[in-house]
Formats: sequence, structure tokens, C-alpha cells
Amino acid sequence: MITFFFILLLIGSFMCLYRIMVGPIPPDRMVAIDILGILVVGICALFSVKTGKDFYLYISIGWAILAFVGTLALAKFLEGRSFDE
Amino acid sequence: MSNPIAIFIITVGVLFDILGCLGLVRLPDVYNRLQAATKSVTLGTCMILFGTFLEFGFTSGGIKALICMIFVLLTSPTAAHALSRGSHISGFKLWEGSKMDKLEEEKGK
Repeated sequence: MITFFFILLLIGSFMCLYRIMVGPIPPDRMVAIDILGILVVGICALFSVKTGKDFYLYISIGWAILAFVGTLALAKFLEGRSFDE
Repeated sequence: MSNPIAIFIITVGVLFDILGCLGLVRLPDVYNRLQAATKSVTLGTCMILFGTFLEFGFTSGGIKALICMIFVLLTSPTAAHALSRGSHISGFKLWEGSKMDKLEEEKGK
């Protein structure tokens, strides 16, 4: 059953990769990168449920923090201001 | 996986995730895509992490899942708001079927 969950999340990740490839304007690609980061957090949590080990949740927390900081940096870049303001 | 409530919550979360990604592919412009994808994927991932917490209980893994859930619940809407505001300020137009643009009215004043 949990293999089926992995297959569904993998299909969602490929949808995000499709949007990253064909997205007509740059914000589309940035949104897809954000969503892909959140999906990977869920995939790591499912791995920890499947194996019963909890160190995958460290990867989840680190990936969530890095996705948040990266998306904020992309949004600042899109707004056209410098990072100091 | 032994807890049936955890299995149910994880199932609903995965369904929310896949529907949000479907919205990311199908909808017409960047604001609609962000609207569909961010909310449902945030809720789905939070439900997966909460199911992980219910599966592990109050052990070290369960507490880590709870912390990660609260973090995702707080930061993901912030990132989406920053992205939509940045793309609006940067001058990308809305879809022609959109009815209302409050930020443009605010800038026009």
C-alpha cells in the first residue's frame, strides 16, 4: 500500500518537472520548484514510515528550511530589488 | 504501518498532493497555478507528517515530524505570498478571464 503512495507522489513530482520544463514565464518555474521542495518533504516522511527509522525526518526538516529560503531568494530576485533592503 | 487512523490521514494527504500537482499542470496562468498548488500541497504534506506523528507516537521521530509539520504550515504560505507579489510587481499579466485585481487598484491610487 505504501508503494502505491510512493508511485502517486512520483507522478506528482513528474508533473512539477513538466511545469519546470515547459512553463512559459519564469514565475511558473519558480512555483514548480517551490512545490517540488514541499513534495520531497512528504516523500522523506513516507520513507521514515516505511522503514521505521527516524533519520529521514532530519532530511525533511533540512529540506523544508532550504526550500523556504530558496523560494524567498527567488521571489526577491523576481521583485527586482537587491537583497539588502 | 499499524495505526488505521494514520493510514487514513496519510491516504488523504497523498490525494491532496496529487490533486495540487494536477492543478499545477492544468490551470491557465501563474496566479491560478500558485493558488491551486500551494494550498493543497501544503495541506497534503502536513497531513502526511501528522500521520507520521500518529504512527510513531511521542518518540523522537514523532516529535520531529510534528516540528516539521508546524514549520511547513508556517513557511509555505509565506513563500507563496512572496512569489505572487514578486511576479505581480515584476509586471506579469493576469489571465484574461480574471475578474478582479486588488493590487493593481492599490497601485493606481
